[in-house]
Amino acid sequence: MSKDKLQDKASIEILKKIESQGIESIWDRYEAQKPHCGFGLLGICCRMCNMGPCRIDPFGSGPQKGACGADADTITAREMARAAAAGAACHSDHARDLAHTLLALGQGRAEDYSVKDPHKLRRIAAEFGIEAEGKKEKELALAVGEKALKEFGKQDDKALAFIKRAPLKQQEIWKKYSLLPRSIDREIVETLARTHEGMDHDYKNLMQTIMRVALADGWGGSMIATELSDILFSSPQAVRARANLGVLKDNQVNVIIHGHEPTLSEVIVAASQDKELLDLARKKGAQGINVAGICCTANEILMRHGVPVAGSFLQQELAIFTGAVELMAVDIQCIIPGIAQAAAHFHTKVISTSPKASIPGVAHIDFHEENALDTAKQILVMAIENYPHRQAEKVHIPRQTMELVAGFSAENIFYNLGGRFRSSYRPLNDNIANGRIRGVAGVVGCDNPRSGSGSAHVELVKELIKNNVLVVQTGCAAIDCAKAGLLTPESALEMAGEGLSEVCKTVGIPAVLHLGSCVDNSRILIACSEMAKEGGIGGGIDELPIAGAALEWMSEKAVAIGWYFVASGALVVFGSPLKVAGSKAVYDYLTGGIENITGGKWAFEEDPIKAARVMIDHIDKKRKALKLAPMLYTQAYAAAV
Amino acid sequence: MPQPYSMESKKIFCDISKCQGCKTCELACAVEHSASKDLFLALLESPLPKKRRDTQFIEQHVSCSISCQYCQDPPCVEACMASCISKDEKSEKVEIDQTRCVGCSMCIMVCPFAAISSQAGIGEKSLALALKCDLCPDRDSPACVDSCPSKALSFETRSEFEKKHAK
Repeated sequence: MSKDKLQDKASIEILKKIESQGIESIWDRYEAQKPHCGFGLLGICCRMCNMGPCRIDPFGSGPQKGACGADADTITAREMARAAAAGAACHSDHARDLAHTLLALGQGRAEDYSVKDPHKLRRIAAEFGIEAEGKKEKELALAVGEKALKEFGKQDDKALAFIKRAPLKQQEIWKKYSLLPRSIDREIVETLARTHEGMDHDYKNLMQTIMRVALADGWGGSMIATELSDILFSSPQAVRARANLGVLKDNQVNVIIHGHEPTLSEVIVAASQDKELLDLARKKGAQGINVAGICCTANEILMRHGVPVAGSFLQQELAIFTGAVELMAVDIQCIIPGIAQAAAHFHTKVISTSPKASIPGVAHIDFHEENALDTAKQILVMAIENYPHRQAEKVHIPRQTMELVAGFSAENIFYNLGGRFRSSYRPLNDNIANGRIRGVAGVVGCDNPRSGSGSAHVELVKELIKNNVLVVQTGCAAIDCAKAGLLTPESALEMAGEGLSEVCKTVGIPAVLHLGSCVDNSRILIACSEMAKEGGIGGGIDELPIAGAALEWMSEKAVAIGWYFVASGALVVFGSPLKVAGSKAVYDYLTGGIENITGGKWAFEEDPIKAARVMIDHIDKKRKALKLAPMLYTQAYAAAV
Repeated sequence: MPQPYSMESKKIFCDISKCQGCKTCELACAVEHSASKDLFLALLESPLPKKRRDTQFIEQHVSCSISCQYCQDPPCVEACMASCISKDEKSEKVEIDQTRCVGCSMCIMVCPFAAISSQAGIGEKSLALALKCDLCPDRDSPACVDSCPSKALSFETRSEFEKKHAK
């Protein structure tokens, strides 16, 4: 049973409560889908044309080719390419919305927004080649917004602007193998075209479009989303907060904001302090308005304001099941239709706000940046007016919350590592080179009932820090580790290996650094580039002692993210394999052959401890190649290399 | 034509009004008859595990998943020159003793349901040995039945099945 792997006590408590009431959750529906279709799992069902659907028999008794002649290699690669394109589209469309917001701000159409990080606005303007001299802030915002939008639709063959942030070695590899992304929309369109019936059938050629569309996400869409969010809503600074369902208050109006874009959630957070609204809340018998986040919206407002995190992707229904949520406002991505069914059992109102994401049975308020504050207030009033409808007998808020520190970024890691006097990556590189820190691992991604319901991240991170690997996190993986107490400086002292613990103690950082939402994986790309540029531990990302993992990957966005890291030279470990295992050639290429091209590769390992060792072995292999000093202290897991 | 199914022993039935022709049962069958019983690991085995059932259109738009029908008077038992196919009177199971199979393919030819196939590389013999549904001796309910996403397959007696479908 998928529930058995669940470790989070608050989630277990709520699930017990609703089970007795016969209410179903994501775990029940997941179980009801078992056993999953083997053709689907192996990626050998092709639905691209109307001669099919065609299936390849993985055991050789039945057909080995579809009606058109496509074999398992073509079918798996084509299907994966579409997944990567969808993932890149999702992140990038999110970025496009932010670019439009910046543009609207510049044009004076978005009065509820302002430039919160003018320093970054100037820096990005310079990177975009925009002359900032003599321009007012709004003019500059307009120019940056326009240039950002051009990155989506430009038709020349020049690489995207942020590509030059990558180490020269990566840029040369991408140039050599035609992997340089030219424009975001173009790469997505080309991938869709190339995977149409009768187009690209050579799996190795398909890998080229997969990597290019993924790079258009990582160094394009996602990076634009991160940077523009920082400009509009301020760059994160280290911040203390709390996470888990226990952040819901029994005597306040609980408003959950769930999804991904900060545009609405930022304004809701601001409006929740409005005196008139607070008065209205008091009039309705509540002592205040408590805003909490779920999924990556949570990460966005946590990073910038320390707003409490109610939960991860898997907890969106559970929050409603507490019976204490007046309203859940959702925007885009990872919002499951199950919340509408969950809300039907309680007084909770669910409001969708994006014209791109509507859910049957859910009320909709169209959100536009032109009247952001009014919309936010309208939503909050609905929440407050719903407070008297809360049914006391149905309320059950689990007590569990955990303290965490978040708010790290590629820029402020400087500060946190070296203090004001040595604000560079030098201390990190030095401590890797001298064997105190083994390397750096990114542990990111969704949580999934298939792979541990969050527990796989926790076990993996514990094993990594025990072995002196500094961990950076984003997305729901970060929330899961926060709930388990891994995001506090104290955790470094208790759980980290001797060397890592020494460094964390000296500079006062946790051993596990929260870098933000899933588009903020671009921060990890930047951090990797900075490490390579600082020198001494490898001149390219592919040489660095680093690795990444998304053991509980769930969405197509994860496919795009995994691919842009592999294309950028990193080892990426997924728990359950990408849907390519039906083709030996593709599977072997992903886990081996591709390393000869980008220096990165895939590994698939469901067991978190074994996955940690795959990553550590890889890091040790890189340390050895760089002839770095042996590790300073005895290692919990001494790898074979 | 031999009569399929006696009335009172449990067999696998396919409700053709529910069968979607997805072949999930075929994969589940092959995996259950692999050494690892795991989809991903089974792909790496040699020889590859072989399914013992087949999904076919029996008329336009109507598919049916078929395996051994456990005939009342099985022609395969009669045809087997090595006498390695037997029918247990009590359980009414028709079983192949592969240690005695000589790979003559007579059973394959006489089976009216095309439910027997053969596979080389199993056991110690170099012959291709006869292979058919064994009702998954390691399980309470056969793997194909448990895997069926539309619940078209069922494991029950003929009287139960007929009662369920009596109008």
